[in-house]
Amino acid sequence: MTRAPLHLPDPTLLLAALLAEGIRVIGPAPVQGAIAYEPLDRPEDLPKGLSDSQSPGHYRLAETAPGRWFDYVVGPQSWKKWLFPARQKLWSAERTADGFELGQPDEPWPRTAFFGVRPCEIAAMEIQDRVFDNGSFTDPGYARRRAGTLIVSVNCARAAETCFCASTATGPRAEAGYDLALTELATGTGLLLEIGSDEGARIAATLALAPATPAQIAEAKATSAATARAQTRAMPEAIAGTLKANPEHPQWEDVAARCLGCANCTLACPTCFCTDVEDVTDLSGDHAERWRSWDSCFSIDFTYVHGGAVRRSGKSRYRQWMTHKLSAWHDQFGSSGCTGCGRCIAWCPVGIDIVAEAHALSAPDPSLPAPAPHEEA
Amino acid sequence: MANPKLAVWKFASCDGCQLTLLDCEDELLEIAGRVDIAEFLEASSGRSGGPYDVSLVEGSVTTAHDAQRIQEIRANSKVLITIGACATAGGIQSLRNFADVAEFTRQVYAHPDYISTLATATPISDHVKVDFELRGCPINKRQLIELISATLAGRTPHVPKTSQCTECKAHGTVCVLVAHGTPCLGPVTQAGCGNLCPSHGRGCYGCFGPKEAPNPESLSARLAELGETPRQIRDLYRSFNAAAPDFSRESQRHD
Ligand code: SF4
Ligand code: SF4
Ligand code: SF4
Ligand code: SF4
Repeated sequence: MTRAPLHLPDPTLLLAALLAEGIRVIGPAPVQGAIAYEPLDRPEDLPKGLSDSQSPGHYRLAETAPGRWFDYVVGPQSWKKWLFPARQKLWSAERTADGFELGQPDEPWPRTAFFGVRPCEIAAMEIQDRVFDNGSFTDPGYARRRAGTLIVSVNCARAAETCFCASTATGPRAEAGYDLALTELATGTGLLLEIGSDEGARIAATLALAPATPAQIAEAKATSAATARAQTRAMPEAIAGTLKANPEHPQWEDVAARCLGCANCTLACPTCFCTDVEDVTDLSGDHAERWRSWDSCFSIDFTYVHGGAVRRSGKSRYRQWMTHKLSAWHDQFGSSGCTGCGRCIAWCPVGIDIVAEAHALSAPDPSLPAPAPHEEA
Repeated sequence: MANPKLAVWKFASCDGCQLTLLDCEDELLEIAGRVDIAEFLEASSGRSGGPYDVSLVEGSVTTAHDAQRIQEIRANSKVLITIGACATAGGIQSLRNFADVAEFTRQVYAHPDYISTLATATPISDHVKVDFELRGCPINKRQLIELISATLAGRTPHVPKTSQCTECKAHGTVCVLVAHGTPCLGPVTQAGCGNLCPSHGRGCYGCFGPKEAPNPESLSARLAELGETPRQIRDLYRSFNAAAPDFSRESQRHD
């Protein structure tokens, strides 16, 4: 089957083809004033004419030219909400006459397509793949959901002020990791459809589309390049080493004074994966369940061990989040844990900006040259 | 094995938390079958006297008589658990702590001289040792059942002390502060209500009191940037948990 790029006049044609195959499509939907990822039941459910304005601690959905499909970028949720749900029952147990019987929860996952996945979100899924399915450990539910999901991505024709994927090499154009990829061309002239897998090719073939012209292919490339150039934030390249070398930089106290410890950044982050495991019994004591739910390095009980929590100060908790994400992640999973999506910046109620903090921490620590010993605050 | 003996006590309060217990329709019969209810005037006039295995206490201490009564209850209870913002932080009536009670009584009552009350409304833990505090105005039914189940099973109840924001994110609620500019106490408030207000587009009112290690100074600075006046900021903190130390300190900073 051909893998040459095609010209798609209207994205709802592709959405309709997926729905016609009985695939559950999850895609962008304006909910409570932001773009969320919800099931799209009809082709006309795909929003149009929407954009967004984002800055530290600020998000507003906005209108744009009525003919534009994908001018908004990432919203408060990420696809992890679907692949790695906020609360999951791991097992249950019933008391029997001579012990107990285990039950496995039923987790149906119909054939699914994620529609409108941004390049930074593909990168985030690939990062979570290394957490949940990495050769030495496999989360069976995650692996099944991931394998049962088609990825229809959208290369960004616009970046928000909070986006910095160009500096983390995770966008604004995806080179791989999708079944089908869309790039919106000039308003009203359709989209470039690129094919990334056999399944993608098969679905594209059902649409009987014309091949894309060289001009359309060039326009899509130029659009991505312009989106990259338009980004105003950039993560410092040397940040992994900088953080490792500066556990006592005075900037940590500065950010701790502003940080609410509310955990919004970690829960909005598409790669954060920490959980709490909770055992519950019912009133009778005959029925028990084990639940896994999202947790965060910002919660004090997250490091509770016999006798108390390890990270008691706000400074130590913020430092843990940022140092793990941008530095220790390389040692643990072979890449940074940050995809430059900017969610933690926009959705922090007090607008703490991980990029600004990274730059501040990259400035020389006035208390050095003698490197301060690492002490838990 | 005999069922544990449970008592439910009322101090200065609206009865809403006790009603949460009565509202546990599906579980109420099961609870009634697993404990002997020795004292629960909201539900029954029967009383069988102490000592009690578990006492649930609603309400704050606002009279000299109540200050004495809580000592007796403590002395007669193996485990004493407070339920709700009144018992845990003083409740809405603790607004008196920031004002002149004599003046209040003069304004409200035709015969203020008949009123015998303390100058403050104080949480139960100011008076006696409390084994567990269940937050909320009112308490949350799911947390109450978890507390009772855990207490009966002899395990620690799972009641996170993290922010209300964690409930927004788990429910997929869009942040009203970031996306609408609506003032919200969620980042400094303990989770537990089930995401009631933000999921209806409202800011959190702080019903569950201060979260673990809250940072209200930073939140207030942001609310000021969003256009809230010092008085509005003060009043946000001054409601059901006004006398909780973290909220009380912050409201006084804006007086
Ligand atoms: S750390 Fe922030 S910018 Fe990086 S992936 Fe997470 S939410 Fe996105
Ligand atoms: S970070 Fe990059 S890939 Fe992600 S939404 Fe912004 S521009 Fe698109
Ligand atoms: S950085 Fe912002 S979002 Fe994250 S815990 Fe601190 S205040 Fe909350
Ligand atoms: S709406 Fe309020 S409670 Fe919810 S995330 Fe935003 S600040 Fe936190």
